[in-house]
This record gives sequence, structure tokens and C-alpha cells, in this order.
Amino acid sequence: MIILTGNDLKTGDVVWWTGDGWSRHVGHAVFVGSGEEPGGAAEIMHREEAARAVNGPYEVEATDEGAGPVPSHIKERMRAAGPSVRLDLGVQAEG
Amino acid sequence: MYQYDEYDQKMVETRVAEFRDQVERRLSGDLTEDQFTPLRLMNGLYLQLHAYMLRVAVPYGTLSAAQMRMLAQIARKYDKGYGHFTTRQNIQYNWIQLKDAPDILADLATVEMHAIQTSGNCIRNISSDQFAGVAKDEVCDPRPYAELLRQWSSFHPEFSYLPRKFKFAVIASAEDRAAMRLHDIGIEMVRNDADELGAKFFAGGGMGRTPMIGPCVREFVPADALISYSEAILRVYNRYGRRDNKYKARIKILVHELGIEEFRRQVEAEFAHMHPLDLDPPRAELTRIQAFFAPPAYEPLPDGFDDSDPDFKLWADANLHPHKVPGYAAATISLKPVGGIPGDASAEQMDLIADLAARYSMDEVRVTHAQNLVLPNVRQADLYALWQELDAAGLAPANLDLASDIIACPGLDYCSLANARSIPIAQKLAQRLAPVERDLGELKIKISGCINACGHHHAGHIGILGVDRKGVENYQLLLGGSGAEDVSLAKITGPGFDENGIVDAVETVTNLYRKRREDGERFVDTYRRLGMDPFKEALYG
Repeated sequence: MIILTGNDLKTGDVVWWTGDGWSRHVGHAVFVGSGEEPGGAAEIMHREEAARAVNGPYEVEATDEGAGPVPSHIKERMRAAGPSVRLDLGVQAEG
Repeated sequence: MYQYDEYDQKMVETRVAEFRDQVERRLSGDLTEDQFTPLRLMNGLYLQLHAYMLRVAVPYGTLSAAQMRMLAQIARKYDKGYGHFTTRQNIQYNWIQLKDAPDILADLATVEMHAIQTSGNCIRNISSDQFAGVAKDEVCDPRPYAELLRQWSSFHPEFSYLPRKFKFAVIASAEDRAAMRLHDIGIEMVRNDADELGAKFFAGGGMGRTPMIGPCVREFVPADALISYSEAILRVYNRYGRRDNKYKARIKILVHELGIEEFRRQVEAEFAHMHPLDLDPPRAELTRIQAFFAPPAYEPLPDGFDDSDPDFKLWADANLHPHKVPGYAAATISLKPVGGIPGDASAEQMDLIADLAARYSMDEVRVTHAQNLVLPNVRQADLYALWQELDAAGLAPANLDLASDIIACPGLDYCSLANARSIPIAQKLAQRLAPVERDLGELKIKISGCINACGHHHAGHIGILGVDRKGVENYQLLLGGSGAEDVSLAKITGPGFDENGIVDAVETVTNLYRKRREDGERFVDTYRRLGMDPFKEALYG
């Protein structure tokens, strides 16, 4: 399944598409349809980037683990949490 | 050290104003990200794994105390209280906000610093020997030549859009402390039989996915032709370097494909055309620059100091380097505490180091390509007091060039290009090997989280390359590299290991070294004598 991510233009923060905006918490992300289908990922990303609500959005494979989406690839899990060597930094530090 | 003249200062301030306007236009939507990306990269601003990352240039690794204080202030005011010193002698901040970037660059400009050409396909920060100007074994101070190259290459219109990025290193000692032959152009300042000063030019070195040791292009270029010879090499590269494939675009590929003889012929032809045009700066300009690097007012002092404190002696034995002036020493501040993050320094540590530089080192700090810092001008009589203050701040690991003095790139913890984490491997290895590192002796372990090799794994006595194997981090082990004057490229042992397996594997090869070494042999010497086979046998059976 697909979720959407990108960076906040001003702050550079990693953000995730929630259905009506962007959140720093991957747990708030929603699954979206992939590709060019109406209301799908391509349309959302195009619209949101044009509005400067997000910078460089792209699709990420994720699974539903009950408590919200979990990115499949370690790189995206790292983006979602923060550096594994500095647990005091990033979203992971916020509990 | 060099001080900006009015043109330098104006140039940097103008660039700050220009970038401020570009950022405002991006934030207002007048520029798209595609339009803005090359502009921010030219100012050292990347979009990395967690946020924007700003890479600040430290020309030839030399900083004043005031500049170090500013780096601390930026870490505290705009970032998360720390910075990361890199293998290019620069510093990176990992949590920068775009809206703050112009203010940061303005702050840097107040202490004659910038982030220009720390990214992009241009000539990057010129690196050098961290002991330049104080090393006993140098033929001259290489920094005036590095500064000359910096001025020539800054905003050079012909070389702003090269086929790929381009890195210089300039040294002036037979001992190579800057991995000089692994640069696009490596320059060793030398004296010829007539005792004239000149430059030995190497070109086409590099690491990355196709590591190469730079061959010698010319044994001796007169010092006052340094710029025109560099320009001749750059012109050949700019004309014939491959722009069709970014993986084949570095000069090393051109030199390799042409062969050094044909490459040399083309460079010499270009030089023969250019040199008579009198494009080199007048000698007076070099003299002007050299005046900034005149030796400080050293006192006449005797050699020797009290090292009766055993903990201090451990540090002094490992971290001091001979100084060309009696009674002084160059002291390396290791940024490699066991279990810490290689190259990271907190704002408080940077402030302290600035204070120590002002009090003990004639106001100077150096950054090393091994991600450590140096106080180059310490009176030997002050060493014990210096060590006590460093020790109290966690800045006195006595491990220079030992197993826990590991070079590691930011890896997947910070870098969007990385395939695997580097830092946790460095931490685990340091913890595993620190208890025996004095017995192991000089051992240079270098870790990269991807094929781009920012962690110099090709040049490690023991190198580690992190790769992505079906979404799982995997680590290849390499042996036998060196970035020093005995330069060599490490070779892969065989199949890779997981996160814990790579630590066991390194211990396996170091144990074999301890069994098989002969008197005076470093790890890399034993490897070179024995070859790969016994190490493979120990690893894979």
C-alpha cells in the first residue's frame, strides 16, 4: 500500500499526507490510491506541491500495523523517526 | 591566517543578498523547486534525510577561534546544538530551516566564512594537511597555494558547470596526511635539484564507485605556474569529461580512458598554449597571501614536558605531532569518543575549543580529513593544562590513528543517498576494539554507507561499505587500503555481513593480524605481506 511523504518547504521537516494536510507523524498518514487514478497519489502530490504545502512529494510503500502505517523500507522508517544514533532528535524524541 | 580583503568580503556579502532573494522567491512560489535546487546547492544547502543540511566551507581546514565560536553559535541558534565535521574538512549542520539559511550565511560572512561551492559540479573546498605551516617535514606551508587556488576557483566562470564535482588537495610533505592522491587533482609542493619550489601534479584520483589512485601528470611545475597548470588540466577535463553519464563524469574516468600518457600530452599542449598568455597571478599576489600565513611569534622554548600523569601520557603519546618549532606541539583533539558519533561536536565543545585555541594555540584550529580537530601551536609547557580541560569536556580520547579513531560518513542516519547506517557500526566497532587498540597499533578503519565513499572505505586499512540487500542493511568488508603516502585501494574480502556480523568479522581479521604479525608491522603491513587468502580463510572458512 502507498502513503505519501515529502518535506515542509520552510522547515525541511519530513511530513506525511493525512488526507487533509501534512503531519510530521507517520502514524497520521493515510493510504492513497497509486498512480494516475482520480484522487490518487499523482493528483494529490501535484496539487499540494503547487500550493507549496509540501516540497518534493513522493510515494512510499507501507504496511498497516494497526497503529498506523509503517514504511516498508528502513530509509523511510528512519525519516519517520529520526536518526537511530540520536534518539533525542526527530519525531521519536517527542514520545 | 588569510583575511578577506574588501573584494572577498563584498563578494561573499553580495552572494548572501542574492541567496536571500532567491529563498524569498522560492517561499513565495516565484521559483519552483526545480529552479531553486541548483541555486541552493551552489550555496551548500542540501535537502537531506530529515531536513535541510548546510555544508560550510573550511578552506584547507583552517579556522580561527572567532570562526569556531561562530560555528558553535550557528549550531546553537539555528540547528540542534551540534555540528558534524566531515572528511572534506568542512562542517555540516543537519537540521537547518530554509527560512533561516540566508541569516546563517550572513552570520558566517561576518567571520569571513561561507558555504559557496560546497556542492555542485564545480571546484569544491580545497583541502590540505592539517599540520600545514607547523609540520617539521614540510618543504613550505602549502596553505598560501591552497588559498591562491581558492581565489582562482571561486566563481570561476569557465569551471562553474564542470561535468562533475572537482576536488583539490594540496600538501607539502612526503608524508601524505590529506589523502592527496585520491583527489581529482592532488598537488604536492616539492623542491627540485636546484632547490626551486614547485608542484608535483597528480590527476584522476578519487573514491566513489570507481576508485582510482591519481597518476602523476608532471613531476615539477614551477610554483608560479600553479594556476595555469591547474587551469590546463581543468580545461582538458571540461572539454572531454563525459557529461552523458554522471557515473563516468569524474576526471578519473577521463584519465583512465585516455591513459595517462595521452592525458598528459593534452594537458601539456593546453599548458603550452596558456602559460605564455601570462594568466598566472603576479608573484606579488602570492607574496601578499603568504604574508597572512607568516609564522606567529613563537617564543624560544626548550623541548620537553612533564608526562608523569599516566593518563596524560597516554594522550600525549597518541595525539601529539612534532612541531617545527622547539618547545611547541600540534595537539589533535579526537572527536571519536568510544561509543560516540565520529566527527560530531556540540556547540559547548566548539565554544570550548575556540577558547582553548585562543589561550593555547595562537588563535588557530584545524579540521582534519579524519574528522578530528587540531590545535596546531601549543607550547609544550601548556600541554598538561590543555589536556585537563579537554578531558573534563570529553574531548581527550587518546586514540589518534588507533582502532576507535574511525572515519564514518553520516550514513543512513542522516544521508538521503545512503543505503545503510555507518555510525552505529563505528560505535560498535570502537566499543569492541578499544580495549585492545594499543596492542593493535595504527589501524585506520573507514566506513561508508553507500558507494559514494564519503567515509573513504576504499582507503581504509579496514574498510566497510554499507549496501542495501533487498531492503536490509548489509556490510562488505575491505582490506588493505591506505590514503597516506603508501596509497592503495582496499579489496573486498567476499560476501557481506549483517550489522553484528561485520563487527565480528573485523575482530576476526584483527585477531589474525595479532597472531601473524612480525615485529613493527602495522595491520596493513601484515595484510600486504600475507595477502588476502589467510584473511578470507579466517572469515569464511
